[in-house]
Amino acid sequence: MTAEGAKAASGGLVLPHYERPVGVHPPLHSAAYRSSALRAPNRPPTPLPQWLTEVTGPLLGADRVTAADADLTRRHAAEPLGERIIVTGRVIDSDGRGVPDTLIEIWQANAAGRYAHRVDDHPAPLDPNFDGAGRCLTDSDGRYRFVTIKPGAYPWKNHLNAWRPAHIHFSLFGRAFTQRLITQMYFPGDPLFAQDPIFNSVPDPQARERLIARFDLGVTEPDWALGFVWDIVLRGRDSTVFESGEGR
Amino acid sequence: MTSQVTPSQTVGPFLAIGLPWPDGPFVVPERTPGAISIAGRVLDGAGDPVSDALVETWQADPAGRFAHPDDPRGTTSTADSTGTAATADPTGATASTPAGFRGFGRCPTDETGRYRIVTLRPGPLPCPDGGLEAPHLDVSVFARGLLDRVVTRIYFPDEAQANAADPVLASITDSERRATLIAVAQPGGKAGEFRFDIRLQGSRETVFFDV
Repeated sequence: MTAEGAKAASGGLVLPHYERPVGVHPPLHSAAYRSSALRAPNRPPTPLPQWLTEVTGPLLGADRVTAADADLTRRHAAEPLGERIIVTGRVIDSDGRGVPDTLIEIWQANAAGRYAHRVDDHPAPLDPNFDGAGRCLTDSDGRYRFVTIKPGAYPWKNHLNAWRPAHIHFSLFGRAFTQRLITQMYFPGDPLFAQDPIFNSVPDPQARERLIARFDLGVTEPDWALGFVWDIVLRGRDSTVFESGEGR
Repeated sequence: MTSQVTPSQTVGPFLAIGLPWPDGPFVVPERTPGAISIAGRVLDGAGDPVSDALVETWQADPAGRFAHPDDPRGTTSTADSTGTAATADPTGATASTPAGFRGFGRCPTDETGRYRIVTLRPGPLPCPDGGLEAPHLDVSVFARGLLDRVVTRIYFPDEAQANAADPVLASITDSERRATLIAVAQPGGKAGEFRFDIRLQGSRETVFFDV
């Protein structure tokens, strides 16, 4: 497109605007989380307007996902060891609207607290029937559902006797670059929360609570699997009209 | 109203279990006519390679269009540089979007901190205020040690005029800082091979954005 062509197309661009959540995400520098020391940028971020590249994003569809990808217990010759669980909920924006047809990717340790990854040297057994990766698309109402096993807690070398609370990694796209989110889901009542610098990197205790799923007897399937519910809230939006050439 | 947004957490060291896709680095297939590559390294504050990062890119197509319903131009008929009308379809894609173009790229870094994306050059974009954004890619970087993603942009070295008029680049007054956002021709590379290093920290720290 020529510059003139782009200019001609700019009249009356109506773009959504996504809220900037204040005090929700962890500050990048955390004295307690050692790995941040050499990796977190030192300079304050530069404000970026939310224009065409930011309010759009990849709409990755059904061609990336099969129904089998949402059941991490049936991807190998036999079932993995561990407590079978169902993890379900809705992806919504902060206005409460469901985010339909959006890709969710998860990964996790096995029931013994070991990742199927060559870098993980925790002396706990690997499970040949568990790779720990899953994905699904939300339905038209923003709902998702995974079947997996409860991941184990595991030690790491951040500080003396450091243990990560059991968690599942979640990656979400939403519908815009501004909404991209990667986070972790935790389990209720974990005694390891108090000493975990990653969980506690979220400064607001109420925001931190939103990382914890709740046990739900209604989701629990009799004689089969425990049920947990976790809703994920992405940044909400409001429409703002910009008029081209205003004030000229 | 207090925001109810779910907080970010680090991807940790094991993102390779769940996130890389075999076709992730290919925004278009490698042999697509006009394809370019952008490669580089992710480096930490000591200058050491970050071997467990994920680099993601998002960009317009060569006509400056997005296959997305929130690109408002997708619902109107406008002319591109060839004078042909770009016709809207229900997804917001236009007839000018090249076949096989995904707009999105994703590449984990290797042992030496390297990533590589194969794509097409994005077109310039109209700004809501009537100016023009120079061709660019939005970039997210995820890694162990990053409690939230960091966001940057890749601009092109052979777009000096468009870069000079770009409002986002203009908002960065320090020219050395601004230069961290502009790819360079890959040393010894062919036409269309660019290099873009991402320095998470240090005296040559890349400019990161709050979006």
